[in-house]
Amino acid sequence: MYKIIEKEFFSEKVVKLVLEAADIAKSRKAGHFVIVRVDEKGERIPLTIADSDIERGTITLVIQVVGVTSAKLANLNVGDEILDVVGPLGKATHIENFGTVLAAGGGVGVAPLYPIVKALKEAGNRVITVLAARTKDLIILEDEMRKYSDEVIVMTDDGSYGKKGLVTMGMEEVIEREKVDFSMIIGPAIMMKFGALTTKKYNIPTEVSLNTIMVDGTGMCGACRVSVGGKTQFVCVDGPEFDAHQVDFDEMLMRLNAYKKEETEAYEKYLALQQA
Amino acid sequence: MEDLSYYKEKRSEDWRVELRKTKKAKERTLMERISMLEQDAVERSQNIEEVNLGLTEEMALVEAQRCLDCANPTCITGCPVGINIPGFIKKIEVKDFLGAAEVLKDTNTLPAVCGRVCPQEKQCENSCFYTVQLKKPPVAIGYLERFAADYERNSGKMAIPKVATNNGIKVAIIGSGPAGLAASADLVKFGYDVTVFEALHEIGGVLKYGIPEFRLPNEIVDVEIENLRKMGVKFRTNFIVGKTASFDDLRAQGYQAFFVGSGAGLPRFMNIPGENSIGIFSSNEYLTRVNLMKAADNNYDTPVSFGDTIAVIGGGNTAMDSVRTAKRLGAKRAVIIYRRSIEEMPARVEEVKHAQEEGIEFMNLHNPVEYIADQDGHVKQMRLQKMKLGEPDASGRRRPIPIDGSEFLMDVDAVVVSVGVSPNPLIPSSLKDLETTKWGTIVVNQDTMQSSVKDIFAGGDIVRGGATVILAMGDGRKAAAGIHDYLMEKVKKN
Repeated sequence: MYKIIEKEFFSEKVVKLVLEAADIAKSRKAGHFVIVRVDEKGERIPLTIADSDIERGTITLVIQVVGVTSAKLANLNVGDEILDVVGPLGKATHIENFGTVLAAGGGVGVAPLYPIVKALKEAGNRVITVLAARTKDLIILEDEMRKYSDEVIVMTDDGSYGKKGLVTMGMEEVIEREKVDFSMIIGPAIMMKFGALTTKKYNIPTEVSLNTIMVDGTGMCGACRVSVGGKTQFVCVDGPEFDAHQVDFDEMLMRLNAYKKEETEAYEKYLALQQA
Repeated sequence: MEDLSYYKEKRSEDWRVELRKTKKAKERTLMERISMLEQDAVERSQNIEEVNLGLTEEMALVEAQRCLDCANPTCITGCPVGINIPGFIKKIEVKDFLGAAEVLKDTNTLPAVCGRVCPQEKQCENSCFYTVQLKKPPVAIGYLERFAADYERNSGKMAIPKVATNNGIKVAIIGSGPAGLAASADLVKFGYDVTVFEALHEIGGVLKYGIPEFRLPNEIVDVEIENLRKMGVKFRTNFIVGKTASFDDLRAQGYQAFFVGSGAGLPRFMNIPGENSIGIFSSNEYLTRVNLMKAADNNYDTPVSFGDTIAVIGGGNTAMDSVRTAKRLGAKRAVIIYRRSIEEMPARVEEVKHAQEEGIEFMNLHNPVEYIADQDGHVKQMRLQKMKLGEPDASGRRRPIPIDGSEFLMDVDAVVVSVGVSPNPLIPSSLKDLETTKWGTIVVNQDTMQSSVKDIFAGGDIVRGGATVILAMGDGRKAAAGIHDYLMEKVKKN
């Protein structure tokens, strides 16, 4: 069992959980994820590790409520336990001193981007970070990001905070201004798709971290498969990070909807039960 | 079997000699083989209860009489773990059912499992005197094994095997499937401090996520696991050696030897157009959702695709498990698409027979070449090509050859691809010095199961690439002996 020792709502739908998982805290690196099963009836979902504390033996997860499992997680309180957490899974991010790095995070994708930004900064890179969200309340981890970035640009769709516009606008502003050697983009699939198109235009090597549907997370089931450079890859063992310019985002977007109907129905049922 | 003296000794015990005299061999051979009691085909295709119901005591007693207790028991040579087959069958004949179970457990850690899922028709029963010499149906060794194991389990007098005093030497078992469970049982008997590390949240490996309830109820596996616990084996779920902790971390914690039984994880796909459409799964995914995650049960959160027409590609046991699962989840048409003919099918004869009885359609000599999706990306049709059989290939089976111009479309709601698996790369990729084959299997010494890294032993599908429960268990036992020798040698040196 994995006990929750800290909980903080970043916004109405985005929650940070710090939980006891000493082995994972010790072995995880930037880019790794865990598979979580909340309770006996629960499904297995992947969540990228946002941070860890070896001394306290904890890992940090940031969850956006989108369905039953994420809602169950957000409803847990300090002292409650998560039934199963396994990891760290996937390949760790390749970190080196590229020179200037453009890191772009959208929505809750900022959480997994954070340890990567930290590692890139510690490797000696000049790091410029673009944080994007629909509205001010959904901008997360800004202070943490500022600590490890040479510059942070905030973009909101509605202009309620930072600059008004999409993430790609913030990215292009940087690219047109100075030479970018490497870019890392993490966020909703659609945001990564357009972010990748942006850096491709300027031939900037770019990586994305994909968050697909998974079951076991160890290469066994193939639920997470994506096409990268025309070849089928398993996000759980071959990724989760891939060359952004090779990923077939349209196929990925389609596959993310595989259980849309079932998920929506289950969530409505869950919400109805919560109300009752 | 190099040395049958042990079996011969047992055979010449007084009670065995007397028992042989109670009925003439001729009389024994004239008896008919019993049939397994089964759930009705229509009924069972709508539930998930076990298909085979087992033998009654009377049936087992009669069948046990058929065994001639041969001087040269060829059946034993057909068993990958060398079970003393006449030894346990004769115990049944004298109504000592618990004694029969004990004989089984001398060599087989999981008799209730093997009695259900072993391909006896290719192993012991294929080498039985009846099959080989009399050309008659063999003694129902598998049914009797199951009977004795079930009798013991239901008796409430399940014997917990004796274990040596704990010697304090820590051994890690990686993977809790049949190979790992077998290795853990022997090592704990030898006195080691054994911990089994499992990546998933449940113990049992393929016995849990793969083989469906209607063929191997989870409860049976759980009883065996509970017994291992009572013997002192420790289990850790949610732990991936090489990820959660490295081999070096575990060495630092005092583990002196490792057995890797991590299985053949990676599902193969055919790499044909449209294969990543929604509604196309690997059999691993389909079965894991249903078996491990209980996706068909509304009370559980994991979803699974339902549909009127579900096609399963392949002809192995996993394909049969998948297609019969689809039928049970309510498919009107559950169809096997196999590129050769039924004679070449690698699945067990019993599974194919059960599938046919349950109304599974078999489209043999067909192969998919493309999937066509609807506007949401969900598979709606498959393009099939007809095949004919050519000359035998490397596997000895006749090679399937596509027939030009034979392609046609078939409507489907979901497709399960069951064309084999590759070894799980997680362990090999976490160890640089570990010697592997080009297929990614771990290279081991055949006698000791020791790998190129001295304290690491391996067995089961991670070595074989894809085999059976009994072969995996045999490997686990062999590795346990290898680890025992290795550690005793090491202790002597220090």
